[in-house]
Amino acid sequence: MASFFDIKARKAAAAEANSSKTPAKPLVDNRLQPWIEKYRPKYLADVTAQSHTTQILARTLQTTNLPHLLFYGPPGTGKTSTILALCHQLFGPLLFKSRVLELNASDERGIGIVRKKVKDFARQQLSQVPTGRDLEIEGKKMAYQDRYPCPPYKVIILDEADSMTQDAQSALRRTMETYSRLTRFCLVCNYVSRIIDPLASRCSKFRFKSLDSANASNRLQEIAQHEGVRVDSDAIEALIRCSEGDLRRAITFLQSAARLVGALAGTGPVVPTKGKRKKEREEEEEEEREAEGGGDKMDIDADEKLRGDTITASSIEEIAGVIPSPTIESLVSAMQSPKSPGTRFQAVERVVRDMVADGWSANQTVAQLYERVVFDETVSDRQKYKIVSIFSEVDKRLIDGADEWMEMLDLCLRISGILTER
Amino acid sequence: MALLVDKHRPRSLEALSYHHDLSERLKALAESGDFPHLLLYGPSGAGKKTRILCLLKALFGPGAEKIKIDSRVFQTTSNRKLEFNIVSSVYHLEITPSDVGNYDRVVVQELLKEVAQTQQVDLSAKQRFKVVVVNEADGLTRDAQSALRRTMEKYSPNLRLILVANSTGGIIAPIRSRTLLVRVAAPTEEEIEGVLTKVGQKERWRVVEGLNKRIARESGRNLRRALLMFEAVYAQNESDKISEKTLIPPPDWEALIEQIAKEIVEEHTPARILQVRAKLYDLLTHCIPPTTIIRTLAFKLIPKIDDPLKPEVVKWGAFYEHRIKMGSKHIFHLEAFVAKFMRISESFAMGMDFD
Repeated sequence: MASFFDIKARKAAAAEANSSKTPAKPLVDNRLQPWIEKYRPKYLADVTAQSHTTQILARTLQTTNLPHLLFYGPPGTGKTSTILALCHQLFGPLLFKSRVLELNASDERGIGIVRKKVKDFARQQLSQVPTGRDLEIEGKKMAYQDRYPCPPYKVIILDEADSMTQDAQSALRRTMETYSRLTRFCLVCNYVSRIIDPLASRCSKFRFKSLDSANASNRLQEIAQHEGVRVDSDAIEALIRCSEGDLRRAITFLQSAARLVGALAGTGPVVPTKGKRKKEREEEEEEEREAEGGGDKMDIDADEKLRGDTITASSIEEIAGVIPSPTIESLVSAMQSPKSPGTRFQAVERVVRDMVADGWSANQTVAQLYERVVFDETVSDRQKYKIVSIFSEVDKRLIDGADEWMEMLDLCLRISGILTER
Repeated sequence: MALLVDKHRPRSLEALSYHHDLSERLKALAESGDFPHLLLYGPSGAGKKTRILCLLKALFGPGAEKIKIDSRVFQTTSNRKLEFNIVSSVYHLEITPSDVGNYDRVVVQELLKEVAQTQQVDLSAKQRFKVVVVNEADGLTRDAQSALRRTMEKYSPNLRLILVANSTGGIIAPIRSRTLLVRVAAPTEEEIEGVLTKVGQKERWRVVEGLNKRIARESGRNLRRALLMFEAVYAQNESDKISEKTLIPPPDWEALIEQIAKEIVEEHTPARILQVRAKLYDLLTHCIPPTTIIRTLAFKLIPKIDDPLKPEVVKWGAFYEHRIKMGSKHIFHLEAFVAKFMRISESFAMGMDFD
C-alpha cells in the first residue's frame, strides 16, 4: 500500500517539478534492497567462479533434460543463486511461480511437510506454456517458448537440506522416484555428509568450491562500481580476507561499509541507473537555486565532496569485527614477557579483561591468535604442536557454549606457559 | 522512586555520554531510510539496550516509548501451550525467546511471520517497517537461528530485526553475514567516573571524587553495576559522612564467594568440602548462575595463592566451567572444582605431582 502511495507521490512530484525539493526520496526504494539480492546472478553465465558446474548445467538448458541435483559447498559460493538462475532461464518469469517450489529451513520442514506440501506440488499437473504471448527482445518478436525452453517438468528446491530431519529425508526417497516423470528435485546444502546416502545416490552431485580471491575481487569491484562507491584496493583485500571465500558475506560487508561511509556523509551511494534522472533533477534544482540567488550552492558542493569518501580497510575490519592488530600484539607480548610468572600472569589477565570488556568475541580472538602464533617463525615446532592441541580444545569448548572469559584466559595462559618454558 | 539506572537513562542518541562516534553512526543510519538488520553485541552494562531505545526513538519518534506488555500463547507441534511475554509499542516488539527454552523456534517463526505479514498500520509513521528487538540472541537455539535466516531476507520490506547479544560467538555465521554488526564496548573507568559525577550532581549529592574512582574500578567496567553500587553507598550512609574511604558494600553473593575462597585456601580437607558444599548450594538456590560462581571463585582465589599455581586454577576453572555447560547437575562440577583446587595446592605445597 505504502509503496503505491509513494509512487503516486512521486508522480505528483514529477508533475510539478519545482516543488520536489527532497532529492534522496526517489532513490530510497532501490537502496532498501540488500545488495546480495540486487546482484544475485540472473543468468548461469553470471555465476562467479563455478565454471565447471555452470557449464554442465548450461548444457541441460539445451537438452532440457535435468537430473535430480545435489549442490553442496561452503556458504556464499553461489549454490542457491545457481539453481535460481537456472530455473529462471528454464521457465522465464511467467512460469516460474507455477513450476518452481522453493522450501527452506525457515519453513516448517518436518516429515509432515514433505508428505503434504512436496507431494501435493509434485502431483500437480504441469501448468500450460503460454503460447499466444510474444515477447519483445531487442526489437525482435519472439515466442515465449523460443526464449525459454519450458521443459515439461517442475522443480522443487530444498534449500538448506542438511537441516532436514532424517525422517523427512527418508520420506523423500520414494517421492523422488514416483514423481520423477514430472518433477526434479534440487537439494542445496552445506554438508553433503548430512544428506542420507539413499538420497545422495539419487542425485547428481555438484561441489561448489570456495571462491578464489581473483574472482571474488572482480565481482566486488564490479558491484562497487555499479553502486558508485569508491573502494581502495586494500579494502578489497581486507574484504576477501575477512570473508574467507564467502562472497555473500563480502558483499554484505561492502554494503555495510558503504552505508557507514555514505550514511556518515548524509547521503547514500549514487545508483547509476538513476544517474540520468538525477542529473536532470540537479539541473532543475540548479536553475531553481539560481532564481533564489544561489544561496544553497555551498550545500551541494559539500555533498559532492563527502560522497566521494573511500571505503578503507580499517572500516571493513571494524564491520567484520576483526580485532585490531595492536590489541593482538599487546596480548602476544604480554604472553611472551620474560619476567617472572607472577607479573606475566597479571599482564595477560589485564589484557584479556580489557578485551572482554571491549566486547571482542572469543572465537575471533582464537582465530586471530592462531594466525599470529602458529605462523610465527620464532616458535619451535615442538611448541607449536602443543599449542595447536590447546587451540583445538578451547575451540570445542567455545562451541559447547563455555564461558568466553574463562576460556580466553585459560588459552592465553597455557600458550604463555608453553612459549616461555625452557 | 525509580532506581538511578532507570531514572537517568538517556532517552535520545544525543544524550548518550560515551561512544559518541557510534551514536553518530546510529543516528545517521536512522535518518538515512536505509536501515539494515542490526546485531548489537558487547558485555553487560555497556549500554546496548539504552542505545536501542534511543535508536527506536530516533527512528519512530516519541511513540516508541509508549510500551505495553502482552502475554501470548503459542502452541508447539506437540500441542504444548507456551506462555510468552511480549513488550511492544505501535512500532516495535521486544521479545526474549530464550524464555521458552527449547521451543524458541516456534515463537520466532510464528511471531516474526505474523509481524512481517502485516504492514505498519499507522500510515503517518516515519518508517514503513516495524522493528523486532530480540534479546539474548546468543541464547537462541540453532533451529531458531536458522529459522531466522530466510525470514530476514524475505520480509525485509516490512520487518527489521535488532538482535542483542553478549557475544557473537553464539550466533551462527549466516545470521552474522546478514546483519550489520555493531560492537558496544564497555565504558572505560574514566567514562564511568564522568557518568557518576553527572548523576551525583543531578541528584544533588555531595560529589566525592575518590569514591567515584573506586566505584568505577570495582564495577569491572559495568556501568549498570557502578550506578547500583553508587546508589547503595548513598542510601546506606548519611550524605555528609561519605568520604573517599566509605566502604562499598559488595553484593551478598560476592561476599559469600569471597568467604568460600578464604575457607578453601585455609584448609584442604574433606570436612571443609562439606562445609563449602552448603554455601555453594546456598548460592545456587539463590539463582546465581554457576558460571558466575566458578568464575568469581577462580578470580577470588588467584590473589590468595602462589604465582605458579595461578594458571593451574584458571585451567581447571575453565575445565569445570565447560563441564557445567555440558552436564546437568551443577553442584557436582562446582564441588569438583573445589576438590581439584585443594588437590593441586596440596601437591604444590608438597612439591610433587599427584596426577
